Amino acid sequence: MFEPFFYLLKSRGLPVSLNEWMTLTEALDKGLGGSSFTGFYYLCRSILVKTESNFDKFDAAFLDYFKDVPFPGEIPPEFLKWLSRPQVKTTEINHKRSAWLEDLTLERMEEMLKERLTQQKKEHNKGKFWVGTRGVSPFGHNGAAPVGIRVAGEGRHGGAMAVAGQRRYRDWSDDNTLDTRQFVMAFRLLRQYSSRIDAPKTELDINQTVRETSDNAGNLKIVYGRPRKNTVKLLLLIDSGGSMEYYSRLCSMLFQAATKSNHFKDLKVYYFHNCVYARLYTDPTLDPTKFIKTERVLKNISSDYKVILVGDAFMSLDELDFRSYYSYDAGENSSGLEWLRRIKKRYPHSVWLNPSFHSLINIKSESRRAIEREFKMYPLSQQGLAAGLKKLLRD
Amino acid sequence: MEFTQFKGSEDYVVSKELTDAVNIAMALEKPLLIKGEPGTGKTMLAQAISKALGMELIIWNIKSTTKAQDGLYVYDVVQRLYDSQFGGNTVDDIEKYITLGKLGEAFDSDEQKVLLIDEIDKADLEFPNDLLWELDKMEFYIPETGRTVKAKHRPIVIITSNAEKELPGAFLRRCIFHYIEFPNEELMREIVKVHYPDLEENILTHVMEAFYWIRSIPDIQKKPSTSEVIDWIAAIRAAGIPDDKIRETIPFAGVLLKKNEDIDLMHAKLG
Repeated sequence: MFEPFFYLLKSRGLPVSLNEWMTLTEALDKGLGGSSFTGFYYLCRSILVKTESNFDKFDAAFLDYFKDVPFPGEIPPEFLKWLSRPQVKTTEINHKRSAWLEDLTLERMEEMLKERLTQQKKEHNKGKFWVGTRGVSPFGHNGAAPVGIRVAGEGRHGGAMAVAGQRRYRDWSDDNTLDTRQFVMAFRLLRQYSSRIDAPKTELDINQTVRETSDNAGNLKIVYGRPRKNTVKLLLLIDSGGSMEYYSRLCSMLFQAATKSNHFKDLKVYYFHNCVYARLYTDPTLDPTKFIKTERVLKNISSDYKVILVGDAFMSLDELDFRSYYSYDAGENSSGLEWLRRIKKRYPHSVWLNPSFHSLINIKSESRRAIEREFKMYPLSQQGLAAGLKKLLRD
Repeated sequence: MEFTQFKGSEDYVVSKELTDAVNIAMALEKPLLIKGEPGTGKTMLAQAISKALGMELIIWNIKSTTKAQDGLYVYDVVQRLYDSQFGGNTVDDIEKYITLGKLGEAFDSDEQKVLLIDEIDKADLEFPNDLLWELDKMEFYIPETGRTVKAKHRPIVIITSNAEKELPGAFLRRCIFHYIEFPNEELMREIVKVHYPDLEENILTHVMEAFYWIRSIPDIQKKPSTSEVIDWIAAIRAAGIPDDKIRETIPFAGVLLKKNEDIDLMHAKLG
């Protein structure tokens, strides 16, 4: 009965399956939602959403679909306080994220604002949903939403900062049945089996048991051994957006191959744009709300991880050398090159895979040469990957 | 349709949303996946359900080495080998060497049980996938004996996760999900008062301020939770720290923060 809601959720990027939809239908048949709208909301949420990080997306879609829920309200003073703080510079803006706003009427938006005000408990900046500065939420100020209600702050000329906004990304985690197999095969090279891991001796060593039993004149003597396991841990850092868009399918295949190769002891994947700076993103869209400080990655991910950086190493030299370039408000003043050196220093086993390795422009570019002085570079191809992985194992 | 309804128990206060989630999971006969920070009472929930519904609780504690198989059954081949050395009739009876795991126990029981699979994210990444069939169909097959263990009464399955690892999609699709939020200050005050009924109000206020301030530092790796704040209050009272110094100096930071990096970071922020 709410089929459009199902498709709305899917279009907002929530991983809902038909399976769960059927479950919801069953639940409604059984009257589990109770008679209240709130009960219905929680029923939908507990069945359709499986991680708290998607609650926000779900809420937005839910509000959108089930409109006309009255909310009274005025703007509380603490909201005004957050909103009036001195701004930090606006960085990443994605127009695509705000496309959903364009169909809204002003009345509808006022209503939504009221809803936000009743629900919002803390400061939110750079998001697309809550009231706050920057971001693409239609509420607040200094944001990049094409339309919206300004809450405090100065108005500004629309789109002036939307330089980075043209990017379009594929969701790399989507299923792509293209031939990732070759990459998977290559990743199989990256194995270091060891039975010297700190696992208990749990595996029955049949050969040894037979030998010892024979030596023991047929009296059973059982020998256990440690199971052999791959000890390789991999940290994958992928350049996303801009000139890398041409290679997004290739990167997507690499990502999937790495994920599918579940023989790694651990696999961590982060994204960056052009060069690694103070922040790494957990999402290929470089969603500015989903970042982790590079500092923290370096601190928390131990140096026995093997690191593969993927990128075309093609950028203006400023982006490598300049100290404040892309430093955001992270309180970090290192240049891209310095970050790369820190990675190199922290992780002795690291290589760089370049998707445009053989292109002449790329070869001649100064940024590529600068990066090549830091990392051994290989083409992002089956052979290149294999060669890079061998290098990772060698040194 | 009529269901057994869970309404919370005397010593475990639950939110409306959580009881709803429990009842939904029971009615739909699906596992309930509970996420939330440590100290939000995830494990307590299963105990409360078992108490409220008068069903026995079976706890399967997951460790990093736990395999899905361990929950089903264990075939003690070694014991059988030993026994075979000395002859006897028992060796031919393979059933004797099969021990049911926690999941098997819950299936095989004559009464309905509450099964808690605690901290599922501790295990290998593939672990939840290995249990899909068993949790779906509530049965498994033992090839050694040719026996199929089928749940006589579908156990109420509660699964907790600390979100250390992402759980696989196929597994998530089969669960009902609820996220227990960390108690807000108001609720936390109540919890603290249960432990220290005679605590002075102004100490509590300063402790709460300091506690939620530390939790708000973004890079803290292991945020302090309920049990830490309880211990911290004990330390502060024992040492007789003046209450205005609590927020200012954060004494006994080691009680709240368990990692050196976190303590350094906190002191840096404290200035």
